[in-house]
Parts: sequence; C-alpha cells; structure tokens
Amino acid sequence: MGSGPQPVQPGASAVPLPADWRDLLALTKPRVLTLVVFTGLCGLLVAPGELPLVLAFTAILCIALGAGAAGALNQWYEADRDAKMKRTAGRPLPAGRMSRETALHFGVGLAAFSVLLMGVATNWFAAAILATSILFYVFIYTIWLKPRTAQNIVIGGAAGAFPPLIGWAAVTGDIAALPVALFMLIFFWTPPHFWSLALFVRMDYANAGIPMLPVVAGEVATRRQILGYTSIMGVAALAPVLLQLTGAIYGVTALLATAVFAAMAVQVSLRRESDPARMGPERRLFKYSVLYLFLLFGAVVVDHWVFAA
Amino acid sequence: MTPEEQKLVQERQRARARIMAMILAALVVLFFAITIAKMA
Repeated sequence: MGSGPQPVQPGASAVPLPADWRDLLALTKPRVLTLVVFTGLCGLLVAPGELPLVLAFTAILCIALGAGAAGALNQWYEADRDAKMKRTAGRPLPAGRMSRETALHFGVGLAAFSVLLMGVATNWFAAAILATSILFYVFIYTIWLKPRTAQNIVIGGAAGAFPPLIGWAAVTGDIAALPVALFMLIFFWTPPHFWSLALFVRMDYANAGIPMLPVVAGEVATRRQILGYTSIMGVAALAPVLLQLTGAIYGVTALLATAVFAAMAVQVSLRRESDPARMGPERRLFKYSVLYLFLLFGAVVVDHWVFAA
Repeated sequence: MTPEEQKLVQERQRARARIMAMILAALVVLFFAITIAKMA
C-alpha cells in the first residue's frame, strides 16, 4: 500500500472529538446502499425455496452492512483523494470530522460482523460471496484498479454486481443461471452509469489524479464507450427472457426500458459538449440509469410472482 | 479543554451511547428471532 492513506489534517477543533454517529452512518454511503439492498432483495425474492422472514431480513441486513463496510473502507483509503474533489470533500474524513483510525476500525468491524452474521443466519456459501464482494471492492477496485487504469469501473463493476447472487445464495445455498444473468446485467450497466457521471465531473477526477476514462482517453472516446457498453448491457438485459429464465412481464419491461436507455446513450454519444454546466443529456442518462436498474429488477420480481402463481 | 469543548465531547459520547444501546437491544431481539427460526 505504498500510495496508501496519509494522515488527514484535523478539522477546526484541536480537541479529538469522538466521531458523531451521523458521520459513521455517512461513511457507509447510504444512497448507494438503496440500490445494493434492492438488487439483493430481488435476488432473494426470485430464488426457489423459502427462507423464514426473520432470516430473509437478516440476509438483506447483512448485504446492507457488508456494502456499508466496503463504503467505509473505500472512504478510509481514499480520504486524501476525496479531499481534492468537490463532490466528496465534505465527507467525514476529508472534512476532518473523524479520525482515519475510527473509519478503519468501523469498516473492518462492520465487514467481519456482516459476514459472520450471514453465515450463522443463512449459510456459509452466501457469507463467502458477501466476503468476496467486500474484498473485491476494497482491494481489487479501490486499492488496485481505481488509481491505475481507466478500466477501473469496468472490472470493478463486478463488486456492485454481487448482491443478487448473495440474495439468491442466502435462500438456496448455491447459484444458478438467473442470478448469474442478473450479475451480468449490473456488470455491463456499470460502465455507462459511471462514465455518464464522469463526463460532467471530469475535472474533479482530473484534480484528484484518478484515471477515469474521460480524463485519460478524452470525452469523445468516453461517449463512444458509453454507447458500446450500452449495447452489451442491452444484450445482458434481454438475456434472462431469451434464455427463458423470466417471462413476458420482464421481457416487455426490459425491451422498453433498454430502448429508452439506448436512445439516451445515442444522444450522449453524438454530442460534443465539454462544458459540465451544459451536460443536461449526460446528467439525465446518469439519473435514468439508476431508475433503469430499479425497473428491471422490480420487473424480475413481479414476473416471478405472476408466473409462479 | 475548555468547558464548551468538554460539553461537546460529552454530548457526542451520550449520543453514541444511546445509539449503541439501541443497536445492542435490536441485536438481542434479532439473535433471539434467528435462534427460534433456526430451531423451527
């Protein structure tokens, strides 16, 4: 960890204040958690078999805690980089409201607790996937890929794709074609999602020295790549219905939602705007990409309930 | 440490202690429920 964490300058107060609980909560990136929890819950709901309600709740709680732990460890490692970015400078560590040691202990403790609780409450296979997702996010994405390559979020996207696998495994104790298809959907959704954001916060990434695609390869190449990965994501989105893993409700939803996504990606790919203030279509694509994932995963569950009934 | 700073530290500690108590109480209920579900 040669380029690892450096001590963060303390904030205005000279007194070593105990961290506020709201800052500990902020360390878990609660907004990101909603999508993680939702996709994990969908994986759990469409899995064959039954899990008592309290164990299902515990499995989802563990996915949330594990993702929160990964977010905390990410912020622990990136505190100095976060301080250079407008979007992240107000986080507890760069703002000096918390010591780095507190964040590290909180992250490691939460990670260990979430994995152990998952193993005890459901099964150790699900716990192993949860542990893998946390380790992948922290070591492969945050520490290894993110500061080194423009492909960081392509490979690192796998970390965010684990929740449906974990939810499924919590019920069945193994994995099958449908959760793998859902994993692939999130995996190929991640590049257009993050690169549309990276287009309008490019300077932030450049200032922090993070080699995001718009910083390294330029905006035109990024716009082309968004379109390219949207095409692959479209195939991944339709795969569950083509492979007869889901029914018509999911198929129609995926077709329509992906058509809208593709239309927005085409518009973004054809534009040559470099002023972030004028990047309305790029912002809209970023926001729609979040809605898109909610729509598709919601459709998988509705489809399962309707056709299983 | 000034009286104001000491007061702030104590307020933070009290808030954290309250949150910790709530989390521990929730965990007691959760582990009891998990045990019952596993035994069923």
